[in-house]
Parts: sequence; structure tokens; C-alpha cells
Amino acid sequence: MTEREKSQKQSMGLGPGRGIGPVRGFGQGAYSGEKPKDFRATFKRLLKYCSSQKWQIIAILFITILGTLFNIVGPKILGMATNKLVEGFVSKSRALQTQTAVVDGIDFIYIGRILLILLTLYLISAAFTYLGYYIMASVSQKIVYNMRKDINEKLAKLPLKYFDSKTHGEILSRVTNDVDNIATTLQQGLNQIITSVVTLLGIIIMMLTISPLLTLITVLTLPLYTVVMLFITKKSQKFFASQQKTLGELNGHVEEMYSGHIVVKSYNYEKKSITKFKNVNEKLYTYSWKAQFMSGIIMPMMNFIGNLSYVLICVVGGIFALRQTLNVGDIQAFIQYSRQFSHPIAQAANMANLVQSTIASAERVFEIMDEAEEIQDSKDSGIIISPQGIIKFQDVDFSYKKEFPLIEDMNICVDKGQTIAIVGPTGAGKTTLVNLLMRFYEIDNGKITFDDIDIRELKRNNLRSMFGMVLQDTWLFNGTIKDNISYGKLGATDEEIIAAATAAHADHFIRTLPNGYETILNEEASNISQGQKQLITIARALLANPTVLILDEATSSVDTRTESYVQNAMTRLMEGRTNFVIAHRLSTIREADMILVMNHGKIIEQGSHEELLEKNGFYAELYNSQFTGTGNLNS
Amino acid sequence: MLKLFKHLKPYTLTVIVTIILIFLQSIAELFLPSLMSDIINNGILKNDINYILKVGGYMLLITAGAVIVTVAASFLIARIAMSFGKDIRDIIFTRVESYSLNEVDKIGSASLITRTTNDVVQIQNVFIMMRMLVMAAMMGIGGIVMAVTRDAKLSIIFVIVLPILVSIMVLIGRKGLPLFRLMQLKVDKLNLVMRENLTGIRVVRAFNRVQEEKKRFDNANKDFMENSIKVNKIMAFIFPAMMFIMSTATLIIVWFSSIRINNMDMNVGDMVAFIQYSSMIMFSFLMGTMMFILIPRAQASADRINEVLDIVPEINDPENPVEFIESKGHIEFKNVTFAYKGAEEPVVNNVSFIAEPGRTTAIVGSTGCGKSTIINLLCRFYDIQKGNILIDGIDIRHMRQSDLRKHIGLISQKSLLFSGTIAENIKFGFEEATDSEIKYVSEIAQVKEFVDELENGFDTLISQGGTNLSGGQKQRISIARALIRKPKIFIFDDSFSALDFKTDSRLRNALKNEVTDSTVIIVSQRVSTIMNADSIIVLEEGKIVGIGKHRQLLDTCRIYREIVASQLSEEELA
Repeated sequence: MTEREKSQKQSMGLGPGRGIGPVRGFGQGAYSGEKPKDFRATFKRLLKYCSSQKWQIIAILFITILGTLFNIVGPKILGMATNKLVEGFVSKSRALQTQTAVVDGIDFIYIGRILLILLTLYLISAAFTYLGYYIMASVSQKIVYNMRKDINEKLAKLPLKYFDSKTHGEILSRVTNDVDNIATTLQQGLNQIITSVVTLLGIIIMMLTISPLLTLITVLTLPLYTVVMLFITKKSQKFFASQQKTLGELNGHVEEMYSGHIVVKSYNYEKKSITKFKNVNEKLYTYSWKAQFMSGIIMPMMNFIGNLSYVLICVVGGIFALRQTLNVGDIQAFIQYSRQFSHPIAQAANMANLVQSTIASAERVFEIMDEAEEIQDSKDSGIIISPQGIIKFQDVDFSYKKEFPLIEDMNICVDKGQTIAIVGPTGAGKTTLVNLLMRFYEIDNGKITFDDIDIRELKRNNLRSMFGMVLQDTWLFNGTIKDNISYGKLGATDEEIIAAATAAHADHFIRTLPNGYETILNEEASNISQGQKQLITIARALLANPTVLILDEATSSVDTRTESYVQNAMTRLMEGRTNFVIAHRLSTIREADMILVMNHGKIIEQGSHEELLEKNGFYAELYNSQFTGTGNLNS
Repeated sequence: MLKLFKHLKPYTLTVIVTIILIFLQSIAELFLPSLMSDIINNGILKNDINYILKVGGYMLLITAGAVIVTVAASFLIARIAMSFGKDIRDIIFTRVESYSLNEVDKIGSASLITRTTNDVVQIQNVFIMMRMLVMAAMMGIGGIVMAVTRDAKLSIIFVIVLPILVSIMVLIGRKGLPLFRLMQLKVDKLNLVMRENLTGIRVVRAFNRVQEEKKRFDNANKDFMENSIKVNKIMAFIFPAMMFIMSTATLIIVWFSSIRINNMDMNVGDMVAFIQYSSMIMFSFLMGTMMFILIPRAQASADRINEVLDIVPEINDPENPVEFIESKGHIEFKNVTFAYKGAEEPVVNNVSFIAEPGRTTAIVGSTGCGKSTIINLLCRFYDIQKGNILIDGIDIRHMRQSDLRKHIGLISQKSLLFSGTIAENIKFGFEEATDSEIKYVSEIAQVKEFVDELENGFDTLISQGGTNLSGGQKQRISIARALIRKPKIFIFDDSFSALDFKTDSRLRNALKNEVTDSTVIIVSQRVSTIMNADSIIVLEEGKIVGIGKHRQLLDTCRIYREIVASQLSEEELA
């Protein structure tokens, strides 16, 4: 919007335009060209969401309408003052010309009264507008607060299947970006839509009362606006889309080259990398200047059309004034109205885009809400009070996707205190076992029992509380070390926490940290090493004191010294429990009561070390390969 | 910011032309009210229809002229802004590519990425806003000039209204901006809790902490909501307040104009024009103030960019490099000492050893003992402070960096692959490699084994960061990438860690025949990987505490024994 147009509009105090709220990026409104799949249904659903705030919204509706109306009458009344002024002026100049002595001149009382009325109107209008925005501030935020809360609660009910099928970024973007998008539109949009519509209608009515013919001239420019707007936005959207795509390409290249700096350097790739960058950058330039140009000329073009009608009104209005069918004040008022005319139109076009992308956002949010939930615990599901840790798999079938059966007819029987080693090449799908044991996924056939009770007949909370897990990707959250350790047991005392840490060989290093147990782990928990993280997770599991342990022995990227600590701690953790160990050490494997050999996600062999060696299958090959041909590459 | 604008030099002429165009545009805009007031004064009030038509014609011409000028200005500004952004990006990227690891460490690669991408976009946006600022300034000044020429006395109104306007803006800006910043923090917190819940979903559920996590999220959510409401309420004030001040100013103008018109000091048309000028002036000031609130944000971006440009790479090629075309691969570290910038203790302390062609030299030690640093020094990613690193007797600082690295095949700890096909990634090591060469090295590096299972084989696309491959697969590809260069020096920096034992041994068996003439350096945590090396260097806190063969070290080196004991059982030791 050019300064002038905006100034015209604002000086006359007509209706709130765009608030100066959170600034959206340049031309952003114009290129968010995504379209929702089912606009009406989603829109209705979004409305339903707003219904908790319906009284506030209705209040805003009235307040905004009133505020706008008070403002719209402004120019018309001001015109009355101008008319009086002109009257007085004309009579006075006539008097001067005709040398008449009687000069009544300008009626100051009348003008003064009108100006006072206007002042009051503007004040009321401003107050109403402020009130409208003020109420909206809470309304929009409360709506999205509820929305976020609902999503979060919904996520807590979704099965792990859902999370494994989506990237974190994808879900995160729905909870944050999409919800934010909705919030901004609600905050700015609702008031704007109301104001635009009321202003447009109000202006047309006011203009009609002044001069139907001039109104016709103004209204005739409407299609012109629309055509120009449509033409330009269509073009600019195309360029913006290409720009975004190329920008993504550029960012991707930068990210790769910077994070792979060491490889770029060691392979002397700098020059080629720069050439590639320059090419993409050049491509970006051609798209982005076009996009920028296209979106940059929207307002000048709108302004041009506005100016055209401005000139026409001046001329035609001037002629009417000569024929005494219009007064100067009327023309002045009319010009003010016609100036405000283009603004709601431009805004409406902008809003149309905004609403579309908002509905698309809402659609994505609702998609989450519609996901199938985890099967709820049945009412008569029981709990085990003193668990033993006897686990049986009976004729278990399982698959992530129906077409690819992973586990077929699996039977194992694990007695209290036994250790099961799971071995296999990397990426053999060992998490599957965790998924089944803890009932993160449902099996297709057969049953898994814990102390001879089908785990589906147990409350999930109870089932999971009997398991502990120490996996290779240590999950710690942004909080103190103490909180992280006590995560395994709500309300654990400091003594218990320290005892667990000591048993896990973590006490010493924790005390060397600047704030000891109160040290806050940062976002990526990068202020402690990988090995130290593992020690903390072991302490966490120790404190939780589970009956059954699921353990990943892998200690890659842990230095040897810490590794020995970690292994000692793991051994201590395993004592007296039923253990499922994703094994990497030969000693663990050989001493295990049973070995499950996995490959490509399937359990392909099972049995004890000796049995499996005798079988001379995959396991035997795996075992024998470990200590042959090690070390020297040159010999 | 100004420092960055010196890169605008090539566009000086275009910038001047643009400013002239904006100037013309503002003149045109300013002239319209003036002409309209003429219509009222000389046309309507004097009953001259021809005059009205004539002036109307002028107005049309001016409008048409204005739109041409404006579009031209938009065209130029779009091109300059984007081209300027492009140039800055080019400069940053080229500079970063010349950095050694030292400089990258200083800022961090994540931050470097944002600086090259987002920060430049910020600057671009401000640049486009500058146009508004220039326009606002011209309209403001022009408006004042026009207003004063119409009626100087009436212009005194601005002396009162404008300061009020500006101070309200500044006040709100002062109050609002810290809240905006706070809001960003709250958003980050909200995202953090959400992300933790997603990444740790198994842990959260396994420990039955769903309710507590819900509460944690709700707290962050509520906190964010309350802060947003506060910000929005302050923002709600801006618009009505501005509107009211401007409207009131109009009323004041009408009132005082009436008095002046009554005294015959002013025309009616002048008043109408004056009102329009007043709104232009006020609006310009509004815009100006807003810009000055927004510009500091871009200033932060500019500072971050300048920081990148101000860092001069420390490692440069010598002026008269020793030609180093063929290498035997004889490496010698002579009393090498190196400390990272700002570190109190050297990470590599007085290290001396020799690695010879046809032999395998292994380096072991705990994390932080300086193993990887030695590799980085050999590749000259950092410069040493004391001693010499010699290859074939030549100090590596006396040769071109590209010549040095040409002879090295480094397989780094993190297998960093780039987006593109598997074949392209292998060819990264040697651009002109043929298909049969790729096949050959793939067989050795055990890449072929899993590539054959893929639908598109070697043409399978690797996504950014190699997320569609397992750690072991990535390691094997990066080994193939090094093999295809046929370097004289192989460096395996913990490159077998993600491989299972079986693949590991197969790979190393195949490698044996490939690297017979080369100097091989292996850094590893796994004793089984290094125990048969010709020479094992044991590092502890940056110093060499033992050099020798496995057997020898078991007898003489306590630390080596400790390391071995933690990994192998007694019988394997025997």
C-alpha cells in the first residue's frame, strides 16, 4: 500500500485497516498458495472450536460494527462543515465584491458544533476499535491454547505406530507453525474481515446518499481492481513458489557443505562447491527479483486505479458543483470515501489467501485429532502387584505392514532372572522387541504373557512399570540431572537418587559438574558426553527398579574408560532381573540363557550359544567372523 | 549495516536512478491535491468548466506518469535488493569455504548456516523496506514544503501533533519489543517440550509419565498464551490511537482554517489540500518511526554476517609452494605440539612418530586424548604451534593444501554424505571415475552387497544427511569414496564403528589387497580392529605413552592393558 493511500484512509479515521501487530514477511500473504481439501467442513469445524468464546466473538462483532459505523459517517459530517464554510466564504466574498457592509461570514457556532460532534464520534470509534482488538487478544489466544492442549492430549493417546510413521518435524510443525498460523489469522483476520465488509457496505451507502452517479463511477472501478489483483497475484504466486523451491535448494546445499566442511576440505571440493552455490544463487536471484517485483507493483497498480477514479470524481464532481447539484463539502466527503474504497478490496484479496492457508493449516491440525487412538485399557484389566518376570511368547505373529510379516509363530519362554541376548547385524530391527514387550504395538496373533497373564489384560501403566529400558539413544530432557534421574520414580528422595547414581558410576562425574545434581542439561544435552548420558539413563533405570530390563549394550562413541564404567553399571543393573539384552559383547552372548538371532527385522534363529554353534547357521558364521582376519590391513 | 552497504557499490548508478524515480513519484503524489484545490478555487468557485476539464486532464497525465515511474522504481528496487542479497551470499559462502576447521569451530556450522541463509534474507527485507523509508522521507518533507507554501501559519499544528505521534509510537515500541523477544523465548520453550515429548515418546510411556508431561506442556502453553495476550493487548492500542490522533488533527485544521478563511487569509481549496498534506506528513512520520523500530532487528543480522566476513582464514597456501606431485606416503611427526584456541593445555603434546608406506599404524586412547586431533593436524585442518609434520620429508606447511590433501584418503568419524545418488557420492572422491571403477571399489568396501538389494542400485538417491541409510551403510560408502581416489595415505578415523563384526572383518579382508603400498593410519576404540597393526600408538592426555605391537604393549604399557582388558575376556587375551 502506498503511503498516500494509507494516509488518506487513516487520516479520515475510517475503519481499522491492518493492525500493526506481528509483522508478516514480505509478500508472504500473497504466495501461501496452498489450498485446503475440504474448505467447508474444516471451516465449520474451526468455527466449532471458536464456540467456547462465542459470546466474546459476538461482542467483538457488534463492537467492531459500531466502531466502523461511527467512523464512516465522519467524512459526511465533516462535509457539512465544509459546506457551511464555503457558504460563508462565498457570501463573504460576494459581500466584499459588492461592497455590502453586512457581513455575516462563516457560522462558527455551527462549524464548532459539528467539529465537536466529530471529535466525540472519533473518540467513540477509537474506543470501540480498541475494545474490539482488546477482547480479541484474549479470544484468539485462548482458542489456540485449547487447540494446542487438545493436540497434546490427543498425541498422548495415539499409538506409537503413528509417531513411527511420521517425522518429528512433521508433527512439530503442525503443533507450532500451523497453530500459529491459525492464531495470527484469528487475531488480525476476524476484526479485519468484519471491518472490511462493514466499511465497504457503509461507504457505498454513504456515497449513494451524496451522489448516485459518482457512486456508479467508483463502483465501476471494482472489476478493474479485481482483474488487476488476480492477474498480478497469480503471476507472483508462481514466482514465489519457484523462489521458495530454489531457496530450499540453496539452503540444502549450504547446510550440506557447512556440516560436511571436513570432507569438502579433504577432497579439495571447495571450488566445485562454490560453483554449484553460485549457480543456484543466480537461479534464486532471477526468481526472487521477479517475485519481489510482482508483489511490489500490486499497491502502485491499486493506487493507480484509485487515482483514476479520484481524478474522474474531481472533474465530474466539479462539473456537478457548477450545476449546483453538489456542494464542495460533498465532493470533499466523496473523495474521502472513494479513497477508502480500494482499501477494503485489497484487504479482502489478501484475506482470501490468508483464510485459505489458515484453513489448510486447520485441516492438518484436525487430521491429528482424527487419528485412531490406542486401544484403551478395558475396565476389567488387572494389575500384577508382585511381579516375577516370567515372560512367554505363544504363537506370536507380528508385522508393521500386513504385506511384510516380521515375526511368525514365535514361541519363547523366559523364566524369572534369565537373560536373553539379541544379536544380529546393525539395523536388524531390535526395537521391535521393545515395541511388543511394552505393548507399544499390538501383535497380530497369539499372545504374550507376563507371569502367565496376557499383557492385553493388564493395565498399560502397570505393564510398563515392570519394565526398564536403557537404549542406545539416551533420552534426557531439558532439566536438572536430578530430575532426569528421578524420572524413573516420582517423588524419589535425594538419598535414593544419589544412591542410584553411585551404583551407576555416575555420582563422581556429576559432582565434578559446576552445579552437581542441579546442573541443567541443555537442549541437546550436549553439555555432558554420550557416555555420561548413558550412565544417567542407567541410574534412572536403577532407581525405577524394574522387574524386567531391556538393555542395549552398544557403547559406540563412548571412550574406553567410560565404557568400562558403563559396562560395570550395566552388569549391576542386570543382577536379579529378567533381562533382554541387545548384545554386543561376546561374554554376554555366551552366558545368556537364550540367544535370539535377528536379521532384516526377523528372528531367524534361537537357542543357546552351543546349540546355535552346532546348527552352523547364521549365528555360527557371525560368531566365527569376529576374531578372524583382524587388524593389519597391509599384511 | 552500513559496512554491508559498501557492497552496493556496483549498483551506485541504479540506486541513484531509483531514488530519482521515487522522488518523481512523490512529487506526482504531492501535486494531485494541489491541482484539486485549484479545481475548487479556480474552477468551482469561479464557475469555470473548461478550467476544471483542463486541470482534470493534467491530473490524468500525472497519474499515468506516476504509475510508470512507480513500476520502474519497483523493478529497479527488486533487482537491486535481490542482486545485493545474492552478492552477499556469494561472498559469505566463498569465505566460509576458505575457512579452516579453526574458524568453523569459532562460529559453529549451525550458526554459519543461518548466517548464510536467514540473515541475508533479513537484510534483503530491510533493503526493500528502505524504499518505503525513502518514500516516506520524501513525502514527509515534500508534504511539509507544500503545506508551508499553502499556509505557513497553519503548519504550526504539525509542531504539536507530530511529536505526540512519534512519542506514542516510540513508547509502544519500547514496551512491546521486549515482550516480543520474550514471546520468542516462550515459543522456543513450547517447541522444546513438544520436541522432547516426541523424541522421547517411548521413555515417557515406559515410565508412565504421560500425565506429568501433559502438565509440563500445559504450563509452557499457558505461559505462552498469557504472554501473547499481553503483547496483543499493547498492540491493540496502536491502531485506534493513531487513527484518533490523525482524525483529531484534521478537525483542528478545519477549525483554524475556518478562522483564516473568514479573515480572507486562505482559500477553501487550500484547506482541502492542506488536510491531505497533513495526513501525508503524519503518515510518513509513522512509517519512519516504525522503520527505526524494525531496523535494529536487521542490524543484528548484519552484525552476524560481518562477523563471518571479518574472520580471515588463518591457514593459507605458502607464497612459493614446494611442488608436491608424487608422494611416497612417508609421514613423520616431529615433536608436534598443538593447543586449541583459548585452551590452557595443549591437546597434542610433543608427539613424535613415523608412519611408513606399506604398514599399518594404529592410534588408540580414550576420548579427548587427541587421536582425532592428530588426524586433523596431518590434513592441516589446523596449524601446529611447535614441531613439524613432514610428508616425504617436506613440511606440510610448505606445500599447497590441495596438493597435500590430494594424496590423502580420509574416512572421517562421521560419515558425511551429500544428497545425490550413491554413485555420485562415491565419485566425489574422483570425479572422472568410470562405472567399472565404482563397481570395483564398491565390492571392496562392501557397498555392493546392500546396493544390489536396492531397487535403483547405484542410482538410489541419498537424502540430505543420508537419513535413508544406516550408519554402517554410510560408513561403507565413505570408505568407497576414499578408495576410488587411490591415495598414498589412508586415514580411517574410527571408520568401522557402525559395522557389525561380520561386515567389519569381510571389509578389512578385502581392503588388505587394496592398500598394500599405502600408508594406513587407523584410529579406533575397538581393540580387535587394531591389535594386528604393525605399530600401535597409545595416547593418553595428548602424550604418547606407548608405541609398539600388540604383544609388546600388553607387557609394557599399563594403559594399553587397561583398554584391552575392558574389551576382551581373559581367554581372548591369551
